[in-house]
Amino acid sequence: MQGNGEKRMAFGTIRNVRKVFSADELLSRSKEPVIALDDANFDFEEGQLVALLGPSGCGKTTLLRIVAGLIPKTSGSIVIGGREVVEPLGDYGFVFQSPSLMPWRTVIDNVLFPMEILRHNGKRARARAMELLELVGLSGFLHARPHQLSGGMQQRVALCRALIHQPKLLLMDEPFGALDELTRLEMNDLLLRIRRETGASVLFVTHSISEAIYLSDKVVVFSRRPARVAQEIAIDLPYPRSQQTRFTPAFTRAERIASEALGVLPPNSETEARVH
Amino acid sequence: MPRLITQVGYPLVGAILIVAAWALACWAGNLPTVVLPTPDKVLNAFISRFDLLMSEGWVTLKETLYGFILAVVLGIPMAVAVANSRPLNLMFYPLLIGLQSVPKVALAPIILVWLGTGIESKLAIVWLVAFFPIIVDTTAGLRSTPRELVELAQSLRATPMQIFLKVQFPAALPFVITGAKVAITLAVIGAVIGEFVGSSEGLGYLLLSATSQLDTPLAFAALFALSFMGVFVYLLVELAERLAAPWLPPSSQRH
Repeated sequence: MQGNGEKRMAFGTIRNVRKVFSADELLSRSKEPVIALDDANFDFEEGQLVALLGPSGCGKTTLLRIVAGLIPKTSGSIVIGGREVVEPLGDYGFVFQSPSLMPWRTVIDNVLFPMEILRHNGKRARARAMELLELVGLSGFLHARPHQLSGGMQQRVALCRALIHQPKLLLMDEPFGALDELTRLEMNDLLLRIRRETGASVLFVTHSISEAIYLSDKVVVFSRRPARVAQEIAIDLPYPRSQQTRFTPAFTRAERIASEALGVLPPNSETEARVH
Repeated sequence: MPRLITQVGYPLVGAILIVAAWALACWAGNLPTVVLPTPDKVLNAFISRFDLLMSEGWVTLKETLYGFILAVVLGIPMAVAVANSRPLNLMFYPLLIGLQSVPKVALAPIILVWLGTGIESKLAIVWLVAFFPIIVDTTAGLRSTPRELVELAQSLRATPMQIFLKVQFPAALPFVITGAKVAITLAVIGAVIGEFVGSSEGLGYLLLSATSQLDTPLAFAALFALSFMGVFVYLLVELAERLAAPWLPPSSQRH
């Protein structure tokens, strides 16, 4: 998966991206600038789902926001679909850790929010919103208010909102981190299904090793802050995956490699385990 | 039915107990009517002078509502300016706090000199007392927009105007309403202050003239009329809240 970047540009390339927050930007009392991201490098292909895995607070979220064009990078280059990112490109979907729905809008109007901003809010948008809500099993809640829904349901609405304008790239910042384990597993399967149907590329920030492996084509493991890419792990498990996939030897092997890259296990722990 | 009991029954029982204690105090202390009229005398005054109370009340109601609307109409744009512009904030927010710490009763005579004894001076005083909670709460609301929602809009290349209209302002609306609820009760007080200082009509004026003529039952009736009016205008704001922000749970369930 890595070698083909030389012949043609990958869909997304992240090169030597560095982010130093100055003391002003941090709005805290510290006088010291903080290096949030030291050197991030990786590529991804169109339609790939890439998990960004790393310890909490290591700068994965910062990278995601830089990719979204929401905050400037200090140096390096990010090219998505042939365009250098210096400001929001306007065609991404964004899913946050909290659902971040608008309490004053109904479910369907929350989903339609991006279309309003993009001024494409016609009948077709509405039909697509209903389709998406149907896909995530919420067609019975079109006119409910967010506070009437459970956390998992709210996050499904947020997912629909991120997909309504048919983005090429979906940026997800620990979207299922606040959900209980069962809901989280369900949401993982839902995300894989949605990805299959939309063909969108996904950058998925998580600090769960098994979630990262279960979902992705490739796991990019980040070191502690200041974050660097510690390792890229290609996940060769075939799609469609099911919960069964979690109990295959290939899955366990990937988990072991990721754990070593994160420093949870010592390097080459597999051989050691065999010896004892 | 249980809701009716808790929302109507309990307050009614409370009111009856207070009125009973009041009647008991008149009877036990053998107080003259000029000092404390019995409840039935006040009720009598309320009924027999009902037309007078209504016409004077109408004056006070107009002063209250117009002044309040003025406070909303001017307070919200000022809050928007202060919340979104750092220079404006630095220039005027301290002044605003300073203005708030001046007792409005002390300003009333000066305002009267400037604007006369007509409705203009009352509107100015009502505005002065009512706009402060509106501007403070609205500013707080505008500054506490959830960051994710702003970023979501920005990631879609929303214009600043779109962000304001579709994200920042609706998110601030509950704060605006909280400010308006405080403001409307203060507005009634402002109107009465204005009438006390210089006026020839309104419930405040009626209250003063009734006490100076030792017609204490009428003064009490005017007092009750004022408090009914206060409740009425507060309910008007709550009604506006339901219409403007139907997603908020009713305030009776919030506490």
